[in-house]
Amino acid sequence: MTTLTLSNVTKTFGDMRALDAVGFTVAAGERVALIGHNGAGKSTLMKILLGLIQATAGDIEVCGAAPGSDAARQHVAYLPENAAFHSALTGLETLRMYLRLRGESPDQAMSLLDRVGLADAAKRRIGTYSKGMRQRVGLAQALIGHPRLLVLDEPTSGLDPVSRRDFYTMLDDLAAEGAAILLSSHALTEVEARTDRIVILSRGKLVADDTLVGLRRRAALPIRLQIRARPGEADAVAAELAGGRQNGVTVDLTCTPEDKLLRLGQIAGLGALVEDVDVVPPSLEDIYSHFSRVSADGDRQ
Amino acid sequence: MTRILATASAEARIVLRNRWVAIAIAMMAVFSLVLSATGSAPTGALGADPLSVTIASLTSLAVYLVPLIALLMSFDAIAGEVERGTLPLVLTYPIRRSEILLGKFTAHLAALALAVAVGYGLAAGAAFLSDAGSAAGLPALLRLFWTSVLLGAAFLAIGYALSALARRPGAAAGLVIGLWLVMIVLYDLSLLAAIVADDGGWFTTDIFPWLLIANPADAFRLYNLAASEATAAAAGLGGAAATIAPLHALASLLLWPLVALTLAILAFRKVTP
Repeated sequence: MTTLTLSNVTKTFGDMRALDAVGFTVAAGERVALIGHNGAGKSTLMKILLGLIQATAGDIEVCGAAPGSDAARQHVAYLPENAAFHSALTGLETLRMYLRLRGESPDQAMSLLDRVGLADAAKRRIGTYSKGMRQRVGLAQALIGHPRLLVLDEPTSGLDPVSRRDFYTMLDDLAAEGAAILLSSHALTEVEARTDRIVILSRGKLVADDTLVGLRRRAALPIRLQIRARPGEADAVAAELAGGRQNGVTVDLTCTPEDKLLRLGQIAGLGALVEDVDVVPPSLEDIYSHFSRVSADGDRQ
Repeated sequence: MTRILATASAEARIVLRNRWVAIAIAMMAVFSLVLSATGSAPTGALGADPLSVTIASLTSLAVYLVPLIALLMSFDAIAGEVERGTLPLVLTYPIRRSEILLGKFTAHLAALALAVAVGYGLAAGAAFLSDAGSAAGLPALLRLFWTSVLLGAAFLAIGYALSALARRPGAAAGLVIGLWLVMIVLYDLSLLAAIVADDGGWFTTDIFPWLLIANPADAFRLYNLAASEATAAAAGLGGAAATIAPLHALASLLLWPLVALTLAILAFRKVTP
């Protein structure tokens, strides 16, 4: 069941094409990461599917309704980039207001704040909060009710590593309950492990929409093999394996995905010369720059 | 309704914490007390009770002060949300823009009404202390109170409209001060100049009365003066008031908040978060 469907979504600001025929879907229970440079159109796309701004062209369906319609807003939760709240209100008062706006009991405010680790600061004014704490208030309000779609713009910015891990655990629970999640992020390493699918935007165009495994296959980027030789044997290992850089102890090799097993076999054949070997697949960073570059080259031609 | 109340209660807390309520009450209280103290001097000559005299003074005070307080409370309402970046999130909630505005309006109007009530209450108290016969002026005082609230409502809504149009708090503040100057000070001055130049011609007889009630501040003044003979006598302004039916002035006072609020909602709808 798809919760969010976008097809051919285009948005122009004057001469600037912020989004160019973007289309993808997010199914219930699916966690999709939206990645791209600053200005790639991520926030614009989110604002369009929330109904905050109108697309110039294209079709969007949010929980079976038009973006921004009463029916859609009933089921969609949003966490803006750099979530801001009125500094004169306390975290508790802010959350009570948002609960009432969603037609939920304001009594849940404290337990929601507790869930994001803000129970102790609940009765302090938001003006005294750090950026990370404001971000948690933002998360808490996004958890109100049972949203069918969560739109999270840079949700982990300002969070420390432990809170980030807690946050993704929370997302896993929500997805398990059937919520569709669309989140944007700069922190590619965390997205890599915690999302089901990755959508890459580059200068307003969708350049990739696939699982990480699929993206790796399509990009066909070289795999790095890091071989640690026995002391004093690095030169011999480098010579045996023909090529590769070395720094005295380790020898670096790159190979295509197809050659990986062949190369590993050769390494194993060296027996006592080798102490250990690591296989480093291309990171999401590598894949991301690959697809961004491909799209930029395409534009130039 | 829940959503309007949720916004209103949050907004009421903000107004309290921003000390707007305190400032408004202090302003109204100080000016009312000063007026009731200085206003008691001419009572003997006019034969009006002290409260009626005070009410005449309060009417003139309210014309300046109530719109000013209302505009200062409202100019930040939308522009401030845009500046702080709090608007996009609220707009993704199942609440209409008109409901957001009505919530703010409810809280601001309650704060304003409280300030006006305290100010007038103090003035009335002072009048009773000097002369127990002041009870005769009570209906006029009550009328002054609810018309002041209507006047405040009109200017709150005008402030929201300007706030939505300006989109930046600095620009909105400039706009409301400019508007206050034009509607409260320059408007009357230019009408006065036109009457002098016209020298009793068709402008004075046919156009002037309508222009007078077109401005909510003038309509407020006219209605309060026309409705109470004693007050009008005390203010010495019966002439102008006599040419206009009090009902027309009242209609203007009732219409302004509705029209301005509608305009504010329309302007708010044009704001892209």
